[in-house]
Amino acid sequence: MTTAEHASHPTPRQYWMVGGILAVITAIEVAVAYIEGLGGWVAPILIGLAAMKFTIVARWFMHLKFDKPLYSRFLVMGLIGALAMFTVVLFTFGILVGN
Amino acid sequence: MTDMADVAVPEVHPPMAHVRKVAMWVFLGSECIFFGSLLATFLLYRTKTLDGPGAEEIFDIPFTSASSFILLMSSLTMVLAHHAHERRDSRATRIWLVSTALLGATFLAGQVFEFTEFVHEGLKISTSPFASSFFVLTGFHGAHVAVGVLMLTAMAFMSASGRLNDDAGMNVELVGLYWHFVDVVWIVLFTVVYLLQV
Repeated sequence: MTTAEHASHPTPRQYWMVGGILAVITAIEVAVAYIEGLGGWVAPILIGLAAMKFTIVARWFMHLKFDKPLYSRFLVMGLIGALAMFTVVLFTFGILVGN
Repeated sequence: MTDMADVAVPEVHPPMAHVRKVAMWVFLGSECIFFGSLLATFLLYRTKTLDGPGAEEIFDIPFTSASSFILLMSSLTMVLAHHAHERRDSRATRIWLVSTALLGATFLAGQVFEFTEFVHEGLKISTSPFASSFFVLTGFHGAHVAVGVLMLTAMAFMSASGRLNDDAGMNVELVGLYWHFVDVVWIVLFTVVYLLQV
């Protein structure tokens, strides 16, 4: 890795800030699970917050924001594979077989 | 006949660090599919509780939230270990590696406690399809955390004996990628398996 690439990496202070943001999002998640009156909004909100946390960890802590785009592609390929597997299993056993 | 020593070999091989990192990312991509299939199975059977307890009766969300927070913070200590290692600060690297291993071990202890409580309350792996899919999914994640704790401990010992370098097969960066992945998997599991079921 070149010096320029190292220089673009975050500082420990930035890492602590990212950690703080993740802690706040987790607190909001738990609160949302208990708040009554959100009705059908609970699931989309929780999934949205989890997606935010996933993206923050992958981009900042796993350095995908600063590394070669090739590494991101492997993760995206894995996620697409997981989504395909997810859809096939739920469709086959949930709808067709009626589990 | 040309002497082989005179033939210039072109520098076509990518650096080993890049090759190892690609291999780790390919492995993590395959792990996405592995956990995706287990999660899909859990979603299929989440309501099949038979005579056993269901998610709403048995899950202790405040306790699991605390465990999730601990695992999330272990990602922070891991990235600080990697940062310290890049600065060649071996003492700070060791401190953050040990901190990460301890946080991971705390998460595991919480999972063992949670599983024990569930068994006492009548939820065994053979109780129902819900129980089987739950224990297999979260158990496999716990096994990944345990492997991570072992690797982190090994890294800390290697650092203490001055044998931790970037040329090693498994270096701080690769172990860090694995650890962060275990964390992002739990982010998904905590939301889908726990929060959305209560």
